[in-house]
Order: sequence, then structure tokens, then C-alpha cells
Amino acid sequence: MDRLKIIKKNIMEKKTTILNLTEEEFVHSGNRACSGCGLSIIYRMGLKALGKNTILVVPPSCLTVLQGLYPVASTKLPCVNVTFASTGAAATGVRGAMKALKKENVNVVAWAGDGGTGDIGIQALSGACERGEDIIYICYDNEAYMNTGVQRSGTTPQGVLTTTTPIKGKLQEKKDVPAIIAAHGIGYVATASAAYPLDFYDKVKKAMTISGPRYIHVHTPCPPGWSFDTRFTIKVGKLAVKSGLFDLYEIEDGEFQLTGESKRLVGKEKPPVTDYFNSQGRFKSLDAELVKKVQERVDAKWAKY
Amino acid sequence: MKTEEFCKMISRSKPGPGDGGNTGSWRVLRPVINLELCIPVKMNKKACFNCWLYCPDSVVSKTIPPVINFDYCKGCGICAEECPVDAISMVDEATPMEEEK
Repeated sequence: MDRLKIIKKNIMEKKTTILNLTEEEFVHSGNRACSGCGLSIIYRMGLKALGKNTILVVPPSCLTVLQGLYPVASTKLPCVNVTFASTGAAATGVRGAMKALKKENVNVVAWAGDGGTGDIGIQALSGACERGEDIIYICYDNEAYMNTGVQRSGTTPQGVLTTTTPIKGKLQEKKDVPAIIAAHGIGYVATASAAYPLDFYDKVKKAMTISGPRYIHVHTPCPPGWSFDTRFTIKVGKLAVKSGLFDLYEIEDGEFQLTGESKRLVGKEKPPVTDYFNSQGRFKSLDAELVKKVQERVDAKWAKY
Repeated sequence: MKTEEFCKMISRSKPGPGDGGNTGSWRVLRPVINLELCIPVKMNKKACFNCWLYCPDSVVSKTIPPVINFDYCKGCGICAEECPVDAISMVDEATPMEEEK
């Protein structure tokens, strides 16, 4: 326990920079991810943080395609491919197997998309959180079912055009998945963005020092699904954070605090949400009334911080 | 049945590069680094490396000068967009490479 405390203290004091970030790669080049994929960036960073002593549990998602189709895999770590609804349960099983084999220092990491977390897999995840299983759950949120061709999901924001909401866009609001998971009272819940990979790296490192269920929600821009040019992946991700639509925070033992870029934004002038909406093709059908409502909602949220 | 025999029955992939084939062929625009502007080259020490950090496919090396692996570079252009001194430009794939000239 003392050793853990020392590691935790070191991590708290030292933020990772580009220069001291490890050069070891756990993802091979030439994988099947789309050009300019936001998930590729965080997958690369996440595995760098987790290291080689890791087992991944992956349900159907873009990540299934990225991590490798039989017989060649692009990930250098063991991945267990499981059914859509069972990610949390399967990760529990992997942890149980590790316990039976007396391999206690292995990171069991479930890595799923937003549909696999917030819609289909939420019962298994909720169960795992309630039981207090010793797993890390990472959800990359690209705000629709991208792998199957951009269908709406529970975490798609209001007004977004998808193939199943093609005319007026989605009518309902985005589901706040990290808040649902935080309501289970687990030790660590954090949000991150693919546009801030070092912040995400630090959060994964921090999660590794805590035991019990840990959850990280990562906002991940998707060029084909959000219809913007592949070169703007980072720009669009940063705009979502800077305009205040997606906040970076962590909840450690029930204590909420903003981190990174969001912490710097408190009390400062933010660019209007229209900057973010105009950067992508998926917000084309938004009307002025809804934009105004979203801006008011963002302002009200930030007035509380 | 022995444990090893069970293991043989599970289909397992072997890790290796090029799971999606030679993804360099997806490229329409090719990134070209202008070494006169590149910060680590100019300062001749380890610095910047934004291109290495943000590359989704880890094809940019963390060396001086940074080298791009064109076998697998998908040509997304994130490196060109994130370079703080605009040292990377995206040129048409049809233009000949430096070695080919």
C-alpha cells in the first residue's frame, strides 16, 4: 500500500510531457482504423500508459476493427473479444481468472464505444460497478454507432444528423454516461478528450494506482461520422472542450474537480458553441432556436463551476 | 483433454504490422517535412515532437529529424495541422518524392 501511495504522489506532482512520454508502442502501424481516427490516438496513448501487463476486453465497436481481425492483430497485448452486452461481466470473469491463476498485478481493461457502454452494455457495467470489481473501464465517445455506419446512439447530442435521424437530426438530448457511473459511488470517474492525449495518459496512470472499478469517458472526434476533414480531428476535439460543451473533470472518492484545459477555462471568455457546430457537417440542420438553447445550457453549467 | 489442446482450439491472432494491408496506399495527400523550419532540427535537440504525439498511426518517429514511414502513413494531415511552425505541408501524392527526382 505504501508503494502505491508513493507512485500516486509522484504522478500527482509530475505531469507527463511529450519529451518524457515513453517511445514504446503497443499498436502496430497499418491497422484498419480510418484516416485521422481520434480513437487511434487515444488507443495508442492508453496502451502506452497501461503497459504490457494488461489484458483488454473489447465488445463489437470500431475498436474491434482497429485492434485486429483474424489472423493478424495490430495490438501487441492480449485482447478478448466478447459480445456487445457483456463487456462488464466478461471483464469481471477475466479478473476472476487472473485471481485463480494468482496473477494479481495484471490490469484488466474493458475498452468499449459509447453505444456499447451507454446503451447496450450498461447493465453489465452497472453490475460490475455495484459489485466493486477491480477493473478499468474506458469508454470512447464518438457520439453514434460509427462502426456500423453512423446510427444514432444514446450519447448522440441533440440536433445531430445520423443515418437513422437524417432530416431534423436527433430530437433527444445526450445521455450523461459518466454521471450515471459516478452515481454508483465508485473510486474514480474521469472524462478526457482525444485532443488532449497527455491529459488522458495522466488520467489512465492515475486510475492504475487505484483499486476497484474505475471509469474514464473519452470524447473522440470521428472524421467520417461527424463529416469534417481528417486533418481537423484535434482542432474539433479542442473546440468541443474550449467552447464548454464537453468538460474535462475527474471525480475521485466523490470529490469533483475540473482538470487540464477545462480548469483553465473557469471564469474566462469562451468561444461560442456555433464555432464548434460550424466545424462539422453533422450539425447542418440545427436551427437558431436550438443553438440558442444549447448556448444557454452551456452558460448555465459553467456559471456553477 | 489437456489444457494445451484446448488452447489450440481457440482462434488467436498473431500481432504484426499491416493488419489492414499496406495502408500507405490510402493516401491522397503526402506530408512533407521542411527541415529548415522543423524545431528539433533547428535547435538540434529533443523538442516539440507534436507530429509524433498526435499521429494516430504512430508512423512518425521521435528522432532528429522526424522520419515518416510512408508504407503505412494514411495521409490524414493531422501532423501538418498541429505543427506549431507549419513545417509540414501536404502535397499531392502524384508529385514525385525527393529520392525519385
